[in-house]
Amino acid sequence: MSDDPFVVAGVELASRLILGTGGAPSMRVVDEVIAASGTAMCTVAMRRASPGTSGSIIDVLERRRVRILPNTAGCRTAQEAVRTAQLAREALRTDWVKLEVVADDRTLLPDAVELLDAAETLVAQGFTVLPYTNDDPVLARRLQQAGCVAVMPLGSPIGSGLGILNPHNIELIVAEAQVPVILDAGIGTASDAALAMELGCAGVLLASSVTRAQQPAAMATAVAAAVTAGRLARLAGRIPKRYHAQASSPTEGMAVL
Amino acid sequence: MKLTVNGEPRELDDATTLARLLEDQPARGVAAAVDGEVVPRAEWTAFRLTDGQAVEILTAVQGG
Repeated sequence: MSDDPFVVAGVELASRLILGTGGAPSMRVVDEVIAASGTAMCTVAMRRASPGTSGSIIDVLERRRVRILPNTAGCRTAQEAVRTAQLAREALRTDWVKLEVVADDRTLLPDAVELLDAAETLVAQGFTVLPYTNDDPVLARRLQQAGCVAVMPLGSPIGSGLGILNPHNIELIVAEAQVPVILDAGIGTASDAALAMELGCAGVLLASSVTRAQQPAAMATAVAAAVTAGRLARLAGRIPKRYHAQASSPTEGMAVL
Repeated sequence: MKLTVNGEPRELDDATTLARLLEDQPARGVAAAVDGEVVPRAEWTAFRLTDGQAVEILTAVQGG
């Protein structure tokens, strides 16, 4: 237990950093970045089973005692995403799903219409739905109304490392959210993760910035520290921005020299 | 009978069950759908495949 718990759907997670396992060059690197990041939940994708390889990512995650969050990456329609979630529930014995319905390969941006449709269907089927969504406050509201347990707006396109392109929209989503807002996608480096938390996000989900870094474990340590720092700064309350300077040394008592 | 398994054509004995088709798969971490419908593991033994069906067998892999 912590005095600032991160709770999603009634489950307390020991870290506000959620790690995607995609992009790591080997299972050894996955294992190293999980250890270095201190994450409590990792995403996996669902793909066709090929003999000999199945189960290995599950083994790593279970050994590290992290919660498994299957995603519906690659799905283009609500039907594909719903069926993928059903298969993930069957294979992994979890009703949690990172719902992802993208429109095209070039942008990997969420298809809002299919996403909302899939979210409504999955909630009705008893799933615990964490949708990857656009940085659109109205869509975030609709996903919450549909019964999603979190909303996960992108900072910028998946794997782009462009950071948070519309911080104002993230603040708008946070301001009216009744569920945790988790910044998902676009993180390039530690400062992006800190900014997400300073904007009021409850957590950060990232993969490529760590798994494709030159030194993945070192970057995992860096983004974990940034998430903690950003959260502390958010709770501490930043000073308002000013147009002009405001002296921090006394303005009275100046000698005439 | 002819089936499609994970996108590849497969020739199998008539009345093969889903459990038989999946006997080489690990005991956990795998799920199957027949013609798009998920078949729970508990039903694999009784599930008889029929000619022309498409079976998808999925497992967890690294992914963001």
